[in-house]
Amino acid sequence: MTGRATIEHGATVGVAWMGATVLRGARRVVDAVDLSVTGGSWVSLLGPNGAGKTTLVRTLAGRGLDAGTVHVGTRSLLDVSARERARLIAVVPQHPVIPPGIAVFDYVLLGRAPHQGLRFAASEEDRRRTHAVAQRLDLDDLATRTLESLSGGERQRVVLARALAQDTPVLVLDEPTTFLDVGHQLAVLELIAELRAERGLTVITTMHDLSVAGHFADTVAVMSAGRLVAHGCPAAVLTPDLIETCWGVAATTSVDGHGGVTVAVQRRRETPLSPGGARPSAPPEPSTPITLEPLR
Amino acid sequence: MGAIAVDEQGLRVALPQGTRLETGWLVGGIAAALGAVVLGLWLGPVSIAPGRVFLELLDRLPAVNVDSGLSVSDRAIVWDVRAPRVILGLLVGGLLAGSGAAYQGVFRNPLADPYLLGIAAGAGLGATLAIVSGVGDGIGVIDPVPLAAFVGALVAVAAAGMLGTQRGRAGSASTLILAGVAVASFLTAVQTYVQQRNAESLRQVYSWLLGRLSTSGWGEVALLAPYALGCVVVLTMSVGALDVLAVGDDEAASLGLRPRRIRLVVLGAASLGAAAAVAVSGLIGFVGLIVPHVVRRLTGVSHRRVIPLSFLLGGAFLVLTDIVARTVQSPAELPIGVITAFIGAPFFLLILRRESVA
Repeated sequence: MTGRATIEHGATVGVAWMGATVLRGARRVVDAVDLSVTGGSWVSLLGPNGAGKTTLVRTLAGRGLDAGTVHVGTRSLLDVSARERARLIAVVPQHPVIPPGIAVFDYVLLGRAPHQGLRFAASEEDRRRTHAVAQRLDLDDLATRTLESLSGGERQRVVLARALAQDTPVLVLDEPTTFLDVGHQLAVLELIAELRAERGLTVITTMHDLSVAGHFADTVAVMSAGRLVAHGCPAAVLTPDLIETCWGVAATTSVDGHGGVTVAVQRRRETPLSPGGARPSAPPEPSTPITLEPLR
Repeated sequence: MGAIAVDEQGLRVALPQGTRLETGWLVGGIAAALGAVVLGLWLGPVSIAPGRVFLELLDRLPAVNVDSGLSVSDRAIVWDVRAPRVILGLLVGGLLAGSGAAYQGVFRNPLADPYLLGIAAGAGLGATLAIVSGVGDGIGVIDPVPLAAFVGALVAVAAAGMLGTQRGRAGSASTLILAGVAVASFLTAVQTYVQQRNAESLRQVYSWLLGRLSTSGWGEVALLAPYALGCVVVLTMSVGALDVLAVGDDEAASLGLRPRRIRLVVLGAASLGAAAAVAVSGLIGFVGLIVPHVVRRLTGVSHRRVIPLSFLLGGAFLVLTDIVARTVQSPAELPIGVITAFIGAPFFLLILRRESVA
């Protein structure tokens, strides 16, 4: 059984970066990052735009590591083939490419690619697992719809389903909630939390919303200018001082009874909203009545 | 028997299949190709009764012995004149459409066609050089014009491939396309220059560029067959990989594929097939672009259906257009490239319009 990267269900697999460095020209986009993620835990990578979060995550897809190593379980990603890597790590990209005209079932079935042969023919096992994932994510009724015809929330579930069909111990999500309203954000995050418990998944997400990370992640890792500046439980890491240092904003934080952290960012300056300078208490009366007559 | 799954209420439901090439599609495609072949054998400047052609075909089947009642000369027309030409049309049309579908899949661009990376320009230059240098005047067993066209086409694709490659790695799709465009313009410029300098062979060059399916016996078919076989085998093996590649290089890589390698293999096979087709038939346009589109409208986007059916329907389409090309003004022949565009373009527009209305 050499070279097979399949993991039995229930076993959790950790991820560890050691001295991970990614260069873009002379610039160190990711600079000697040491980060170890316990198997079965949820870590959120935080940091301002350009801090290197997404680049760090992309090293898990086998791209761009110029120095250092990434280990998944006991295996170095430098030593595994693309196919083996795809059996260890599933990625939900921030901007998934949706092939025009593809049906939901076919799209989710793509997740079985790393388990298929040279011709990528779907076995009955592939279809069975795909069907089970689609059922779990309530996608049964959408199976024959095209992805273009789905709402943003449905589409996010379909992309997540493809990643789950890969049957990997590690799930990576790049900004999973970017284009969703608060209700759908919560639904997706809670779904990920449930699936993590069911499957013993190690979850790695990049995020911008500090409060979301503060409530869903076991640990948060904060990056700034390519370096890892802090890693720990949200209550210990997400302090007003650190937020001020990394993001340059003043914020207040509050920790609830379960260790969840809520971050409230303060405005830097009061910009006048109306010529008078004061925030109006009621919308101003229009000075001229609004007419809907066509222009001549 | 279809596999069974269980739904939430514990009811047994059929496990979804996922898109694949159902037998119905395959049989339909083969029927279309065969139908075109029979029509091609029957129709031509010399009228031969269709029933007799049919009986003649039956007679050729193993263990069937019927008398078709064809005269010796009619039999020669069917077997030595029409049959090689029809089979050549089937192969050329199939290769152009199949490799067009592969190019569109690899580049994830519906406007791609087999000539995107310079095959047409390279073949055109090769053929022009062979014609103007006079080696094409028929000496020896190998006709130098197709050979020169074939070599020119492959040199062009190889040049585009190498120029679109950075530091020894197969390049991204867009650098490849840009390199192909540059190579094609350069070679076309050279070809035009050579053509203008040799005005006496202008007619011959022009007739080659417009494309035609003239044959002298089975020679061209024999020349093309091995490339056709290789192209069909590799491309039909790659349909699953092309479907995964539709999510783009990054995601395909995260699903365990090696996009650059797949692109190399698929483009290599498609280019070889298209170059061989162009070498024997000249530059027949439009087939490689529209047939895959028509197939996609019929069957959906999966390459599992689009590639095999593009081969079959592309072949059928070219056989049918060739019937028009050799009968409309008989005994004169129209260049088939003119007919493919003349019939193909309005047909294509009709389909586009119907689609947007529906």
